[in-house]
Amino acid sequence: MLKKILKRILISIPVLIGVVLVIFIMLRIVPGNPIVTMLGEHVNQKTIDKLTVEMGLDQPAYVQFFKYIWNALHGDFGTSYRMNRSVTQMIMEAFPYTVKLSVFAALISWTIGVVAGIIAAVRQNRLLDRLFMGGALLGVSMPIFMAALLLQYIFAYKLQWFPISGYDSFSALVLPSIALGWNSAGSIARMTRSNLVEVMQDDYIRTARAKGRTEFGVVVFHALKNALLPVVTMMAIQLSSMLSGAVLTESVFGIPGIGRLAVNAIENRDMPLLQGTVLFTTILIIIGNLVADILYSVLDPRIREVK
Amino acid sequence: MKKDTFDQAAEQNKAAAFHVDPTEQADHSAEIGENETFMDKLRQLIRQNKLAAFSAVLIILIILIAVAAPLLAPYDPAAQSLRDRLSAPSLAHPMGTDKLGRDILSRVIYGARVSLVIGLVPTFISMFIGTILGLFAGYYGGKTDFIIMRLADIMLAFPSLLLAMVVMYTLGGGIINIFVALSLVNWASTARVVRAQTLSLKEAEYVEAARSIGVKKTTIIFRHILPNCLPSLIVLFTLNIPSAILSESSLSFLGIGAQPPSASWGLAVTEGKKYLFSEPWIPLAPSFAIMILVMAFNFLGDGLRDVLDPYLKEQ
Repeated sequence: MLKKILKRILISIPVLIGVVLVIFIMLRIVPGNPIVTMLGEHVNQKTIDKLTVEMGLDQPAYVQFFKYIWNALHGDFGTSYRMNRSVTQMIMEAFPYTVKLSVFAALISWTIGVVAGIIAAVRQNRLLDRLFMGGALLGVSMPIFMAALLLQYIFAYKLQWFPISGYDSFSALVLPSIALGWNSAGSIARMTRSNLVEVMQDDYIRTARAKGRTEFGVVVFHALKNALLPVVTMMAIQLSSMLSGAVLTESVFGIPGIGRLAVNAIENRDMPLLQGTVLFTTILIIIGNLVADILYSVLDPRIREVK
Repeated sequence: MKKDTFDQAAEQNKAAAFHVDPTEQADHSAEIGENETFMDKLRQLIRQNKLAAFSAVLIILIILIAVAAPLLAPYDPAAQSLRDRLSAPSLAHPMGTDKLGRDILSRVIYGARVSLVIGLVPTFISMFIGTILGLFAGYYGGKTDFIIMRLADIMLAFPSLLLAMVVMYTLGGGIINIFVALSLVNWASTARVVRAQTLSLKEAEYVEAARSIGVKKTTIIFRHILPNCLPSLIVLFTLNIPSAILSESSLSFLGIGAQPPSASWGLAVTEGKKYLFSEPWIPLAPSFAIMILVMAFNFLGDGLRDVLDPYLKEQ
């Protein structure tokens, strides 16, 4: 078991290096001198030359690449062109907002998704099932920014239950979390339903019923345990993708998280900041997928033993 | 699409079903039906899944609207009229006007062109690339397989929106660059599916027979293996379209996708979002347009998957 986990971790290392390489190449084929972009058109050649040497831009690309990896391993993602501040520090300031938003969104969407999925499966092909599954597909199809705008309009403007934007209070987080979690709630509900419907046909469920368990007991104590296995893995993947998918939600509600940082970096043509934010979130996602994989084999003895 | 190619594909599917691991296939044979052609399956879809059939009609309708946009739009989508700016929905302007006095209904109609083209073209390009790479990886195996699939692993490790954002940073905004970004980002998942199918298909007896009479490798790949991947590819294509549409509208919403004066729905939402509380129809009309189109493709894709590809459904 431990060996398998270790192997899985080792496999992610080349992927990680590949990810850095792809981003590195893509951001370096941008036309134009980054220093001119940073300081504007009216700088003299002397300043440009001096800064080029200072920032190591005169060195060959592969030297820059290994330097970047070396520094990144030490937690240093470089210096922002525009703000002249440490990118790592900027990310660390923004990260807590994104974490708070994602965790809250995850809790809301998982609760709604699992409960709706269970009810839909138990009431298969009845009205509630149709209603919930229709809602789930709506969740999957609605652009995040649309959900955000609709929530803002109805609950913040018309009903005035929650503040329109902001990020300090608990109540300010409710609407952005629902907007961000809406999509995941839809896919969790669909997955819970289809798994539960399948598990309910298994022999051991018939046995449980024959023993005289109530239907509620059968679903909650017998079926759910197996039906939720794949859902749990999906949750781990979703949490990490929420951390990155918060771009749109943060932009509608004005939350200064990682996504906002990335959009600002593009608007300001701030290459090191963009590179840092994208790498940071991608690493989080790789770790999330890793945890999901490991969790799955820990939870499911069938997989644990086969491999 | 020609009917006979699909008939052929179905025939070969039947042959393949015989040889690919019988225990796996046995469960599905009843659902797939042994002698069904593509048209039979379409008929089955229309009979069983009314929602998918309705979505197909809706999509055709939206395509027709997009094609006939100049005839249907009551106004020129770019015509500004500052006297009529920010007017509420009325008989003259059924969806009102935006901050420049442009008719929103006309802009939504023209926006369908942007979304449909973005949904169809980059999806086709990326799936074309993914299919070819998947076929080669699966058939040749070894180093080819290793290199292609590790590349796919790397691409799939990125959150797709962020990767598209990086490409847009490098290339700058605009529709053409969104094409490039989405084509670059989305090939990897197709490559994975096609590779998996190729791996099992290349063990099939009819492929072995073709190999033994000396058929060229490329011919085997494109004449004998590719047609059997088509059902999955059609389903994947239908389901990739809405995610491409959502990606474009998200990029445009963030201001790094389509640029003014494009009629892109995502751009229209972002241009109108500051009027959300005073003139809510300005950002909401194009939002609903996106949602309806995306939902129609999702319903159709779900329905197609049920009849064409029970294998994908299980994943």
